[in-house]
Amino acid sequence: MLDLLAVGGLVLLRDSVEWEGRSLLKALIKKSALCGEQVHILSCEVSEEEFREGFDSDVNNRLVYYDLFRDPLNWSKTGEAFPGGPLGALRAICKRTDSGPVTIALDSLSWLLLHLPCTMLCQTLHALSRQDVCPGDSSPVRQVRVLGLLHEELHGPGPMAALSSLAQTEVTLSCTMGQASAHIHCQRPRQRPTHQTQLFSILPDFSLDLQEGPPPESQPHLDPHTPPVDPMAHLTFNLRLSNKEREAKDSLTLPFQFSSEK
Amino acid sequence: MFPELNNLLNTTPDRAEQGKLTLLCDVKTDGSFLVHHFLSFYLKANCKVCFVALIQSFSHYNIVGQKLGVNLTMARERGQLVFLEGLKSSVDVFFQAQKEPHPLQFLREANAGNLQPLYEFVREALKPVNNGEAAWRCPVLLVDDLSVLLSLGMGVVAVLDFIHYCRVAVCWELKGNMVVLVHDSDDAEDEENDILLNGLSHQSHLILRAEGLATGFCRDVHGQLRILWRRPSQPTAQRDRSLTYQYKIQDKSVSFFAKGMSPAVL
Repeated sequence: MLDLLAVGGLVLLRDSVEWEGRSLLKALIKKSALCGEQVHILSCEVSEEEFREGFDSDVNNRLVYYDLFRDPLNWSKTGEAFPGGPLGALRAICKRTDSGPVTIALDSLSWLLLHLPCTMLCQTLHALSRQDVCPGDSSPVRQVRVLGLLHEELHGPGPMAALSSLAQTEVTLSCTMGQASAHIHCQRPRQRPTHQTQLFSILPDFSLDLQEGPPPESQPHLDPHTPPVDPMAHLTFNLRLSNKEREAKDSLTLPFQFSSEK
Repeated sequence: MFPELNNLLNTTPDRAEQGKLTLLCDVKTDGSFLVHHFLSFYLKANCKVCFVALIQSFSHYNIVGQKLGVNLTMARERGQLVFLEGLKSSVDVFFQAQKEPHPLQFLREANAGNLQPLYEFVREALKPVNNGEAAWRCPVLLVDDLSVLLSLGMGVVAVLDFIHYCRVAVCWELKGNMVVLVHDSDDAEDEENDILLNGLSHQSHLILRAEGLATGFCRDVHGQLRILWRRPSQPTAQRDRSLTYQYKIQDKSVSFFAKGMSPAVL
């Protein structure tokens, strides 16, 4: 799972009501911050105090926080709302000028997807996650990583598929053998997709504790990219009769039927 | 309030937590007994309660409340309870001139975009008042129920935004609590209601789900209650705790028991 932080691009963290993903998001943020990266956080669902809770000062000092929780739609008219609302906040992140590797955390993509058109959000995510080339030939390539928390029960197959097509990595949270697990699907350009299941737990200080993975036989049951198995393939019997077989069956005299021949 | 439910939730009016969102939902049964429980619980806890009651009349809640040991009329007169009677005030939207936007203004508008007037009503009702009177313990918003807002034409995003702003004002700024009821449409494939239910589930600290029995109506077991404690921002050191009990509603109380352990069958 630590490979998630080794590559850039969009990483989707798909969680559910039963298996929430914010703690994993915070664990990955902590990992990035302790590696010396700048971390930009767009927070829509929880307060800043609640989000920063559990991080020590080393981590908190490296967080650039964009607060969309307090007044996302400018109802209070007190000037505290982020200029331009959700789209303005995303564009502000796009315009940041820091150099070096950067992690952008979106908490959550679901909130943004409910409030912005899917196409606009996808274009912005594409622009965010592809900002890996600095202007000027002599500048080093900058690595940008976008972590997006997605509550998968809230969206239909269309938006989910659109976001999946943009993502380099999808992490689906669930349970394996009673333990929190992450089913990781990586789709890198010009490479074969890879699947991995990782058992993990998150400690109170949001350190990531990885456990030994499940045996190969219990590989992910949840893979949205492979077609479902056809239950009628490789049967050892016929489900239907041919016309000839049907005629033969109809003309058969059963033992208990009276017949003049007997 | 129902003492047995307090025991299951490990809480009392004296030890009520603050800053929490509790989601009540029911599927194939009537979960309104949970609304009556929390209404009487928070009134007994000396909290200031804003009750957005869209389903029943004031007298209905008052009659049930008296069985549970609270008097809503007196609570309203002393300023502890702010009661928005949806059935009655919805008529005022159409037949009385309003100087300010009515909380249920969306009923009058063809393309009501949001529930901001309702949010402003809640914010005004629960804001601290410094007039020398006895201070209430913490503010509480109770909504019965949110699904009817969808039926009245509001979009699911508008309802979620209303709850979002109420969470900011009540749970975060005022360190109060919220209790909201949403019906689960189950087989009805109500996509908007499912989004509302799942969206609120992700934000909730406690989910109480009343379910009808799969085998149908039973005289001695009226349903089962699933309780799920969540920690939306806390590490997943262990899975969120959940319990399931069956229950029977009586005249003034609700008894809870483990599945299959109804006194009627023992």
